[in-house]
Amino acid sequence: MTYHLQFGELLPYWRVLVDGLVFTIVLTVVSTVAGVALGTAGASARTFGPKWLGGVVVVYVELIRNTPFIVQLFFIFFGLPAAGVKLSETTAAFLAMTINLGAYSTEIIRAGIEAVPKGHIEAGVSLAMSKWEVLRYVVLKQAFRKIYPALSSQIIIVMLGSAVVSQISAPDLTYAANLVQSRNFRAFEVYFLATLLYLVLAVIVRALLRTLGRVLFKAA
Amino acid sequence: MVDFSVWDIFSNLLIATEWTILLSLIAFVCGGVVGLILLFLRTSQVPWLVAPTKLYIEFFQGTPLLMQLFLFFFGVALFGIEVSPLTAAALALTLWTSAFLTEIWRGCVESVPRGQWEASGSLALSYVEQMRYVILPQAARIAVAPTVGFSVQVIKGTALASIIGFVELTKAGTMLNNVTFRPFLVYSLVALIYFCLCFPLSFFAKRLEGRLNVAR
Repeated sequence: MTYHLQFGELLPYWRVLVDGLVFTIVLTVVSTVAGVALGTAGASARTFGPKWLGGVVVVYVELIRNTPFIVQLFFIFFGLPAAGVKLSETTAAFLAMTINLGAYSTEIIRAGIEAVPKGHIEAGVSLAMSKWEVLRYVVLKQAFRKIYPALSSQIIIVMLGSAVVSQISAPDLTYAANLVQSRNFRAFEVYFLATLLYLVLAVIVRALLRTLGRVLFKAA
Repeated sequence: MVDFSVWDIFSNLLIATEWTILLSLIAFVCGGVVGLILLFLRTSQVPWLVAPTKLYIEFFQGTPLLMQLFLFFFGVALFGIEVSPLTAAALALTLWTSAFLTEIWRGCVESVPRGQWEASGSLALSYVEQMRYVILPQAARIAVAPTVGFSVQVIKGTALASIIGFVELTKAGTMLNNVTFRPFLVYSLVALIYFCLCFPLSFFAKRLEGRLNVAR
């Protein structure tokens, strides 16, 4: 028996898929901003903070980096309510994504911070800059320039990983694809289309990040 | 209604862990073999071999692993071939792994000094001989650490096989949660087992990386 692909069957559902795509984009943008902020705080605490705080950061980073995202998601969405913290599926998705990217970016940014020569920090201090000014203008600025490519690819990885949030019914692109295939039973067609959309999204986001990097770090 | 003690939950999860380990091994070993073949194609400098390999890598690195699993699970069935969740998962994870390993290894091959290529070329070695006897032995030394590091990603990747219905650690966790209604405990244990599988590998990879930097 031969199967005839029928992509036309997807047309009536274009609105569902577009909504899912928009959710995936918003989820990625918000958790990128929040995750990188968390990572910056984590990396700064790890290198300049008190010892106990550094220890907390290490445990956080290793726990997240050595467990699957889907388990973290299930723990937050199913596990936390049992401990008294109730979250909607959308909140849980945003939270899990942020915590996940936060751990990876902590590790990436820390590598950048450690690559900043000690003399630069000493020079900053000797110019009577405060601790925060040194961190902001001397350390982080250089660190980010160095690790920007690594951070960009991690953002893409996290974006693709976000497909998993469909499993707790957060209405992303994969969730939309699941919904469509449960209505018209054209599983292959809709997943193929969704995969292509993710691919296009990844290519566009990569190009945007590269342009952003060029603008941000233009003056060497 | 059967009562599950904490030990019952844990021992059931351990049984499922065997499947996680098996699936990881299949994906990693088969992915390594496919990746090695692709590496030869990718670094061959023959345009019509390089271009499709690039496209392959772009596809598997640029789309969610979950979508790849769905495509294999539902796609192969279109040809009238029944696929079990294990087959679909093993196949998708193998190809996904191979794409990443090819890219990692390409970086290692390219870090071998250009002169090594020229010297072996001038000794009339063919491309495959150059790779086999000159380039790969040197690249392999650099490749160990990132390859071990990537094996952690493979183990974590197998968790997605639960979504197409393959009963491994994550799926077993979901099933046990459904009978015991103790999600906090069950998912903590699941996370703990994954951590015990992955952390030693991460740690080992980091140490290897450090040792290599010292050697330079």
